[in-house]
Amino acid sequence: MPQMNMVQAINDALRLELRRDPRVVLLGEDVGKVGGVFRVTQGLQEEFGADRVIDTPLSEGGIIGAAIGMALYGMRPVPEIQFSDFIFPAFDQIVSELAKFRYRSGGEYPAGMVIRTPVGGGIRGGHYHSQSPEAYFIHTPGLKVVCPSNPYDAKGLLLASLRDPDPVLFFEPKRVYRAARAEVPEGDYTVPLSQARVVREGRGVTVIAWGAMLYEALEAANEAARQGIDCEVLDLRTLWPVDIDAVVASVKKTGRVVVVHEAPRSCGFGAELIALLNEKAFLHLEAPPVRVTGYDTPFPYTLEMDYLPLAARILPALVETARY
Amino acid sequence: MREEFVLDEVVTVLREDGSADPATDPGLPEDTLVRLYKHLVLTRAVDERLVTLQRQGRIGFHIGSLGEEAAILGSAAALYDDDWLFPCYREFGALLLRGMPLQTYLDNMYGNGRDPVKGRQMPDHYTGRPYRFGSVSSPIGTQITQAVGFSWAAKLRGEKIAASVYFGDGATSSSEFHNGLNFAGVFKTPTVFLCRNNGWAISVPVAQQTASPTFAQKGFAYGVPGVRCDGNDLLAVYKVTRDAVDRARAGGGPTLIELLTHRLSGHSTSDDPKAYRAEAEMQAERARDPLPRLRRHLELRGLWSEAAQRAHTDALEAGLKAAVQSAEAAAAPSVETLFDDVFAARPWHLEEQRAACLAAPRARGHGAH
Ligand SMILES: Cc1ncc(C[n+]2csc(CCOP(=O)(O)OP(=O)(O)O)c2C)c(N)n1
Ligand SMILES: [Mg+2]
Repeated sequence: MPQMNMVQAINDALRLELRRDPRVVLLGEDVGKVGGVFRVTQGLQEEFGADRVIDTPLSEGGIIGAAIGMALYGMRPVPEIQFSDFIFPAFDQIVSELAKFRYRSGGEYPAGMVIRTPVGGGIRGGHYHSQSPEAYFIHTPGLKVVCPSNPYDAKGLLLASLRDPDPVLFFEPKRVYRAARAEVPEGDYTVPLSQARVVREGRGVTVIAWGAMLYEALEAANEAARQGIDCEVLDLRTLWPVDIDAVVASVKKTGRVVVVHEAPRSCGFGAELIALLNEKAFLHLEAPPVRVTGYDTPFPYTLEMDYLPLAARILPALVETARY
Repeated sequence: MREEFVLDEVVTVLREDGSADPATDPGLPEDTLVRLYKHLVLTRAVDERLVTLQRQGRIGFHIGSLGEEAAILGSAAALYDDDWLFPCYREFGALLLRGMPLQTYLDNMYGNGRDPVKGRQMPDHYTGRPYRFGSVSSPIGTQITQAVGFSWAAKLRGEKIAASVYFGDGATSSSEFHNGLNFAGVFKTPTVFLCRNNGWAISVPVAQQTASPTFAQKGFAYGVPGVRCDGNDLLAVYKVTRDAVDRARAGGGPTLIELLTHRLSGHSTSDDPKAYRAEAEMQAERARDPLPRLRRHLELRGLWSEAAQRAHTDALEAGLKAAVQSAEAAAAPSVETLFDDVFAARPWHLEEQRAACLAAPRARGHGAH
């Protein structure tokens, strides 16, 4: 099985689907000739031509609005937003239009598409090349939200998303684009949406993470193990609709939970997860649920390693929760 | 019905032989000419040094103005002192021209504790209110409507000033460009729109950005006059900008200026243009470099010499070296500054988070330049 990093795995998934389904088109800023600023779409315009891998003018509203039109026609557009920090000019099209099309047309006009976009910090990107805006989209009824942590899942989840009937926001954690390498099957396979993965089994504390922070959670869990604390680490993979059964089952087992995310704390996805656990597993909780997150400030430049919820900050939360 | 609207005039002043066309020459005083040329050379030198520092891993990033110096400095110089400037992200030369000390700019490049932005933003995301200079943001086009509103407010309050706003050819595809021109046209705001047409938006050439033959003509649909100008000709840039500023200040309304120039580098230090541009094409563009163009004019008039060039370069190199050393040695911003300026005063939740952050173990790599 070939070794791939996440950039190559996503490229591979896009190539397979472009070959398999003539309705698939890629569009976005710099995605064609150079293959994207992170080179995720490299070589695809060469193979499939400029009508299927399209360099667009610089307008996210234009990209998503046009992609919606293509989807209504019956195509399978895969728009790229160069950084998820630049998704906001398209917010109206995503939130007011894309998310509501199926519902507001009584099912007449579904608009399936996958919006790919790099997410997260730790690459010295400052305010506008680092943010994690997933909560805005989870909050919007009608959107699915996916965030893989490794190359195998990235390919399988992307292929599943590309075949899903509903709009999917596919967040690619750019901090681990090239860092994480893994064996990735060459051909077609899918990783089903809404299925979390237990990355590390344990009975002491459940740690919920996704994307680049999964590695920080694992590092903290391994360190905690040295202190006699047995953590179970859950990689959500699909944020919404979340794999509620997996989350609840793990917390019922451990009775303790720490949620980790890069996005600011208040109204971040951690808040929803903990509310769900209060509703569904309250009587099993043996300690107050804890969030280790980005702070409620804009994403900083020089101090980004202080801002991010890295292993050094996760570990004390695990210890405290375990000993509560 | 007209099939196509073409604006074929391109304002120029400097001729091949270095002389100025008397029909368009803005007639700048000799000391101003020399001062502006010196700023072109300074801007270029700072740019080149920052690219080197980035390659050496001493700064994280740089987005410069190589090739676009005349477009930026000629227009900034044409503003009056009480006019305002809303930058895109290549205008550090204009900020230095308006008086920000080189040291302060380098402090921003290093994101150190002296940086006016407090190390919060990426390099080249500076701010300069004391210099009537805006605050750089990455999202493309956002400054355009803001400059319109700023100049509109001045007009409403009876202050006779103009606001200029810089953006690229790619930014003309943003909704803010269209909103900005429309509002400026409707409310006749004293706004000078400066479109640096450098041919590229990262890897996307202008031919894929617009089907219009020119960017300047986009103004006409909004009732905003458009002009095109040779952006590598500092005197031409000065001339068209000064005319637009004078008109705006006199209540005549906005102007859209298209500055035709070249990006003689990658988009930024993160970009490798070899992936999408032919070297031969860049070679041809280097022949239209704005620096030798103005220098020829100064030399023809006996205002500049090789000796003057050497003296200027030596002096600025010494200043640059000292400023880099100082910026590099300065301490990183302290961690508690993370929680300042989110609001005017810290609410309870930021007090809590600040206390937790200060008590938390610090990961490796914090405060790194
Ligand atoms: C809203 C938004 N989308 C995408 C980007 C990424 N991006 C940064 S610069 C750039 C190209 C800008 O081109 P242009 O406006 O011509 O300015 P230039 O860099 O050539 O000066 C792009 C796509 C961004 N900063 N903001
Ligand atoms: Mg450009």
